Amino acid sequence: MHQQHLDATFAALADPTRRAILARLASGQASVTELAKPFAMSQPAVSKHLKVLERAGLISRGRDAQRRPRRLEAKRLGEATKWLERYRRLWERNYQRLDALLEELKTR
Amino acid sequence: MKRAATLQLTTPSDREIVMTRVFDAPRKLVFDAHTKPELVKRWLLGPPGWSMPVCEIDLRVGGRFRYVWRRDNDGTQMGMGGVYREIVAPERIVNTEKFDEAWYPGEAVDTLVLVEQGGKTTLTQTMLCESRAARDAVLKSGMEKGVAASYDRLAELLASTKR
Repeated sequence: MHQQHLDATFAALADPTRRAILARLASGQASVTELAKPFAMSQPAVSKHLKVLERAGLISRGRDAQRRPRRLEAKRLGEATKWLERYRRLWERNYQRLDALLEELKTR
Repeated sequence: MKRAATLQLTTPSDREIVMTRVFDAPRKLVFDAHTKPELVKRWLLGPPGWSMPVCEIDLRVGGRFRYVWRRDNDGTQMGMGGVYREIVAPERIVNTEKFDEAWYPGEAVDTLVLVEQGGKTTLTQTMLCESRAARDAVLKSGMEKGVAASYDRLAELLASTKR
């Protein structure tokens, strides 16, 4: 994945409303009207967030020309979280080894 | 089997990466595990397949440390080192760090804080990078504030979309 893509993706994910929109889309595609409902936000405001998510490749539009439902692009989201996951997993492995070492030191 | 402690990874400012983890041991032991080479070598290894042939620690203010890791299947080596700026045993260490072949600009400053309560130790490791760009390079991404904090939620989200 290109660094530029990553930057756009992480920038898109940095906003709580956008993360909530993604969480909603995880349970199935939805129209702009449906997405705007739970956020007490105007449709243009929601559309703005959707545009950011779309540019980052995190969502796409369905075929229905009337509703234009948005759906989650899970692959891109997966790529973005992979970087963080790798860093975290590296340290979690270290700390699991440290757990074992500490158990041993306690019995000395 | 005890419930595994979880590692919290957050980015509270543009230049920092903060990790928090609880260990079921007094902090004297956690401190030793960070400062005695024969102990450090046993856990600070990163991905599987790497060992730590060099671990030198001169534990005093102004003293240096030097770590070298080696990937055992092809002999690839990776070294890093730094200088201790502050040592308060067994609760706090501040040191600089820099990799031999740095993939992020400048030097970072690490602060390790150990707090003991009821026989358990909470470790907080803060890495302060020279710039926001350096911090992002460390995480290999242009990560924005709050993303790391919500990592767990995103992982759940991902799991739920893998149907």
